[in-house]
Amino acid sequence: MEQTSKTPTDRTMQLLNNYRMVDGVADELMDQTGTVREVWSSFLNFFGALSPEDIEKRFAKGNQYLRDAGVFFRQYDDSGSTERDWPLSHIPVILEESEWQTITAGLIQRANLLEDVMADLYGDNTLVANGHIPAELIAKSPEWLRPMIGTKPRSGHFLKLVAFEIGRGPDGQWWVLGDRTQAPSGAGFALENRVATSHVFPDHYSRSNIHRLAGFFKRFRDTLHDLSNEQDCGVAILTPGRLTDTYFEHAYIARYLGFMLLEGEDITVRNGKAMVRTVAGLQPISVLWRRLDSSFVDPLELNEHSILGTPGLADAVRQGNLTMINALGSGVMENRAFLAFLPRICQEMRGEQLLLPNIATWWCGQEQERDHVLSKAETMMFGPALSTTLPFEQNEMFSLLNQQNSDVLRQNIMNSGSDYVAQEAISLSTTPVYEEGILQARPMSIRVFMARTHTGWDILPGGYARIGDNKGTSVIAMQGGGQVADVWVASPKRVERETMAPKTTGFVRTQPEVLPSRAADNLFWLGRYSERAEFTMRLSRAYHARLEESNNPDAALLKHFANYMENLSIEPDEVVPQVLCDTLVSAMGSAGHIRDRFSVDGWTALKDLSDAAWQFKKNTQPGDDCARAMQILLRKISGFSGLVHESMYHYTGWRFMNIGRALERASLMASLLRYFTAPDSPSGALDIPVDIGDSIMTHQRRYVVTTNRETVIDLLALDRLNPRSILYQLTEFREHLEYLPQENKNAQMSELAKAALKLHTELAIKSPETLRPSFLREIEKSIYALCDLLSASYLK
Amino acid sequence: MLYDVILKISYEYEYAATGGRHLLHLMPAHIEGRQHLITGYLDIKPRPNERTDKYDAFNNAVSHVVYYLDHPEISFNLKARIDCLPQNSGLNMSPNLAGLRAELSSINSLAPDSPYHYLGNSPRVRINEAMTSFAYTQINDQMNAISIVENIGMALHREMTFDPEATTVETPAEEAFEKRTGVCQDYTHIMISCLRGIGIPAGYVSGFIRTIPPEGTERLEGADAMHAWVRAWCGIENGWIEFDPTNAMFINTDHIVVAYGRDYSDIAPVKGVLKTYGEQNTTQAVDVIPVKSNELMNL
Repeated sequence: MEQTSKTPTDRTMQLLNNYRMVDGVADELMDQTGTVREVWSSFLNFFGALSPEDIEKRFAKGNQYLRDAGVFFRQYDDSGSTERDWPLSHIPVILEESEWQTITAGLIQRANLLEDVMADLYGDNTLVANGHIPAELIAKSPEWLRPMIGTKPRSGHFLKLVAFEIGRGPDGQWWVLGDRTQAPSGAGFALENRVATSHVFPDHYSRSNIHRLAGFFKRFRDTLHDLSNEQDCGVAILTPGRLTDTYFEHAYIARYLGFMLLEGEDITVRNGKAMVRTVAGLQPISVLWRRLDSSFVDPLELNEHSILGTPGLADAVRQGNLTMINALGSGVMENRAFLAFLPRICQEMRGEQLLLPNIATWWCGQEQERDHVLSKAETMMFGPALSTTLPFEQNEMFSLLNQQNSDVLRQNIMNSGSDYVAQEAISLSTTPVYEEGILQARPMSIRVFMARTHTGWDILPGGYARIGDNKGTSVIAMQGGGQVADVWVASPKRVERETMAPKTTGFVRTQPEVLPSRAADNLFWLGRYSERAEFTMRLSRAYHARLEESNNPDAALLKHFANYMENLSIEPDEVVPQVLCDTLVSAMGSAGHIRDRFSVDGWTALKDLSDAAWQFKKNTQPGDDCARAMQILLRKISGFSGLVHESMYHYTGWRFMNIGRALERASLMASLLRYFTAPDSPSGALDIPVDIGDSIMTHQRRYVVTTNRETVIDLLALDRLNPRSILYQLTEFREHLEYLPQENKNAQMSELAKAALKLHTELAIKSPETLRPSFLREIEKSIYALCDLLSASYLK
Repeated sequence: MLYDVILKISYEYEYAATGGRHLLHLMPAHIEGRQHLITGYLDIKPRPNERTDKYDAFNNAVSHVVYYLDHPEISFNLKARIDCLPQNSGLNMSPNLAGLRAELSSINSLAPDSPYHYLGNSPRVRINEAMTSFAYTQINDQMNAISIVENIGMALHREMTFDPEATTVETPAEEAFEKRTGVCQDYTHIMISCLRGIGIPAGYVSGFIRTIPPEGTERLEGADAMHAWVRAWCGIENGWIEFDPTNAMFINTDHIVVAYGRDYSDIAPVKGVLKTYGEQNTTQAVDVIPVKSNELMNL
């Protein structure tokens, strides 16, 4: 066996045969002589031993994991935004521990420097007064937030979580390409890339000395918890909402760290303190990890056009009652022109050189600097001084070479130099990706994350690598089709395997659950929409089954049936009603708002259901074909309901979802009965509610006669044991109500509980003979009133 | 010159507003050498659940007001007595544009009065090619900063037509300039953009103006409105000077300052965030009454 032609070495050689290093740039895998670096050899030998089929299988496993976890990438183009597969390059970037320590030392120094500079810019302003930063640069920056001047952060520090984009230059030296201090994203993505990559190479990963990531997140979580007050309802991530391109990451990391995920409208400010609107009333919170830019946090004092934040939050911060991670106004540190001044400021404030240089930058607002860069324009990239994008993120950097209008640009730089910076064009190192069966070199940069804990700056030993396409080594744009990869920091020694679990032994029960009103509202509506969707499917199935039998849409019963459907805006001619698709879209919308509270399986089931409905809409025929399609959709929605009922913990949110379902089902059944049991209904009409109520067999068993008005009303309105009956659902509703906060306060029934009891009782004491159609109408109206009361008490 | 100012701004909501939070820049400023606030009282109805009076980043008095519950209407009622001091026009020592740039670069400050705040784009005023070239056509290299301010202000006054129907509080300066119409807010924003475009730091002043009724007619009570004009930084020697482009004049004792900002958004008299549905109705009544020093204030 050992004599096969494909020994690992041969295969490895084959993989590397076509590995083309780019002239004049460094490479991660190989040194200048083309020798594989020591830190890669173990992985490379392992990888080289895999057959191409095995590699494909492993990659597929990683991709499957990402899809199952709901990781996607939102891409924006002219036609709006679409979700596409997460562009993971399965080959990690591997760095040596000793090199990592050099990077760490440089970035810790830099993080401390940024903290000091920010404290000065919002404090004494000595850097400006002493001429180390031009006043104009700060005053013109839209991220220098005047309402926050003079505010000392409650935690003692402005910056708690920062990220740095770093890249390796041609001489092998690491460079800082940009500082991320506003609301750095990507730590959650780094974690997901790690999990996916370890699914691809589980055997290799588990026995390699790769630094683990969990410890970093655990310490960051503990730090934020320690910053909160005793009486707080928790720590929360403040997200712009589900339409932002990084929302998935927000939901994922909220779940991972056990933080609430809040949007602006979940919060209000009372007496200078931030409060969460929950189903149990307003509850205080004092730590918000914001994932939106500072200026959007408070539309009253900051960006007046923001629709994302909460008015009053800036004041809560100013009064020292709220810690924002990072402090409001931290975006000012991201201004590209800052890179021109930081080296000297470091010297000035700390008496040290920058350990890791940043990309050489000149601010054209200074005459001497401007003349220098214009005279060396061939080696420079120019761009807006106050921009906070990274050098390679957008095409806003330009060269004065080969530009048709370079004279105009040059003149602009002469006239309004303070609006421009120049940066030395830098070539990034390359790293291998696996394409077309071989390893190929692609340019990359790494985002490194650091958090401030009790003991100082803590670095995530890994990171989020972005890999460019093969068009050049200086431009990387994920939006344009690049890839991402995990970053491994390999140690020569055994590494500690950390987990998120707290160190204490025995068992610790976490705090009582806090349910924001908006989340409760979305769960309530998810319950209603999913019930309405199911009802629509049952209607369509029953209609098309009858259509198949009679083949005459003008038959009295079918016309009667069609009329009912039209009343509900269901077009009987449409095989898969538009209303059904719309309802499923709404259900997805509600679920999308609460991704942090909703299992990935539940989400996947819902998405699968919705996709199937749209698919059937394209190619289904009326009659039998449609009835069969509905059958499949009903099975899928039962699968979804099953997941929700069998697997979801019965926390308060689950109750709101079930309340939505119960009230929707009861009111739909009331409307169905009212219509089909009306005295002038055509023959066969009474069978329809029984069919839709999934009760044909029960009816046969319980009543020895065929359907008549009394048996139908008995079974579908008054039966205590039939889950499709109105009475059953009202009982359910009242039971859930018992568990809601604020019910039974001071031993008094709430208005809502009273109204529920009244309706329940009125129905319970009826008999089939005494239940008139007008009473069914009353039930529907009373249910609307119950929804209003519920909403006023809990959902606002 | 002594004035009593009486202001009432009220809002009525078709559907009761569900709580709300407001920032108010209504109290006249106390500025040494410019105007003295002798007394001032701001009453808000209904009584808010929270009210804090403090100073903003530009040292303007600002009231934060919070309502927790529905309120179908709110009114802000100001009564104040102010002494406007005569502005000694003094010597015009202002430099030309190149000189102004040089003087500016010798300043390393971000204090509330630092010209740097007023040099670049601000939330509602952007430097714009059309306005900048308009400004350049009004001046020459020899002119000093104060003359430039006056020339541009006078030119705008000639070109623009005052028309309260043509613009709203949200109309961008670019649009008002293109149409050459608007009210004091538009005149002011346009002039600020013109000045910043050629390198003169310029800001927004909100306040009150004494209106003199046509001869032989009585002053109408409550017929006035809040006003806005420009202030521009004209070098280290002359500092900030104020010009009213709507009335084509440097200010003297007829203009009462409430607040200084970069543009309207910094110092809007009433800024609020509240959830409301349907129509809302706003009324504003202002009286600027010249008084004698021994007259009692009419409360």
